Amino acid sequence: MISILKDAWTIASKDLSNEIKTKQTIGMMVIFSSLVVLIFSFAFDPTNNMVKAVIPGLVWLITVFSGILGLNRSFLSEHENDALTGLRSAPIDPSSIYLGKVLANFILVTAVQLVSIPVLFLLFDYRFFGKVSWFILVVIIGTLGFIIVGTFLAALSANAKNSEMLLPVLLLPLLSPLLIAGVQATRIILENELIADAASWIRLMAAYDLLFLAACFFLFEFIMEGS
Amino acid sequence: MEKNTGIIDRLLLFTLIPSFFIALYLIFIWSPVEKVMGATQKIFYFHVGSAWVAFLAFGVVGYYSVRVLIKPRLQHHINAGISAEIGVLFTTITLITGMIWGKSSWNTWWTWEPRLATTLILWFIYVAYLFVRKMDGSTEKIARLSAVFGIIGVINVPIVFMAIRWWNTKLHPIVFGEGKNQSGGGIEPDMLVALLFSIFTITLLYAFLMRKGIEIEKMRHIVKKAKSKAIEKLAG
Repeated sequence: MISILKDAWTIASKDLSNEIKTKQTIGMMVIFSSLVVLIFSFAFDPTNNMVKAVIPGLVWLITVFSGILGLNRSFLSEHENDALTGLRSAPIDPSSIYLGKVLANFILVTAVQLVSIPVLFLLFDYRFFGKVSWFILVVIIGTLGFIIVGTFLAALSANAKNSEMLLPVLLLPLLSPLLIAGVQATRIILENELIADAASWIRLMAAYDLLFLAACFFLFEFIMEGS
Repeated sequence: MEKNTGIIDRLLLFTLIPSFFIALYLIFIWSPVEKVMGATQKIFYFHVGSAWVAFLAFGVVGYYSVRVLIKPRLQHHINAGISAEIGVLFTTITLITGMIWGKSSWNTWWTWEPRLATTLILWFIYVAYLFVRKMDGSTEKIARLSAVFGIIGVINVPIVFMAIRWWNTKLHPIVFGEGKNQSGGGIEPDMLVALLFSIFTITLLYAFLMRKGIEIEKMRHIVKKAKSKAIEKLAG
């Protein structure tokens, strides 16, 4: 088990150092999420009271939309120079490839969120009433679930020629319970309602994360096998 | 084709046709007209039947997906795919009949009621599954990948169901309750007979379509093999 984690960390640090060198994906993701905010400012008048109702959904929309850009890259970049075959033939457990990619993608998306969510609150002039710690907890759990399923499906769809188009079609229906729970929990926390109301949603998200982490961990082997 | 399967097919067809006519008779002539909704209620028999078959079909997809991973066989892969196609077809029928029924009894084509939303998400998941099967690559690879996606999809369905339930009860509590006459308990005995018979008929239709679909898919594979063999011969 420890060796799996060690190998996973090696793969994640390889991806991250690659990203730090080029800064291509993360730059695109930040720009894209700001563009989504811009478009939404046209759709909903920011001075209106209605903004309060759409902010919780927007937090998740920019996460998912910009995250899909990064997820698409994470396995396609391995296709250059046939690096995926190298990974596959390396003397490591296939699950550690998966865990490493999850780790790298999670750090990447979190870095984007650190920029885009404050920008969202700033541009929409949203006053934050709720507890910050609970908000961060919800965002972390939700993002983790999104990355767990997203990385798995990115690996799956990387086999297709039109993987950029395939990934959102596969991913979004599977994410629906997580997004419902995430938006509801975020709304409750941002409006400073009872935390107890949000707790059941957070539990659902945590259960979703664990269930899919376990399922993807064991099924990942089948995706990596031969080609 | 072997003789044995031909007999089963013919038997299925010859029970299917008369039972369809009986079902139509039971639904439109024999069963009483519902007091409040009138003739629109008749759509309910087809609606429930196709919803049941959709769930059955997706269950079959999950079952064969697991079997593909345990022991890769072309047969399991084909079965799962055909079942998914039929499932998507019947989910579409369920959604459309449900919308027509909703228009006449709730006066709206669509409402985000838990059951509707889950059915729609189910539809999306299995359309995505069909896309995975259409990916390019060797048959073994596609079989493995689509089986993996099928399993992930099956895991997701109960979670979606629960999530949507909780979501809606929080926003607006009992609006439609357990469905007006979807509970089955408060139904007229005559209507229940018609309903059960139409469910039986549509299940028969599923079995028939399944057998025919598998046969066609197998032929397609044979043709594909023969084609690549011929091309090899011409090239070599």
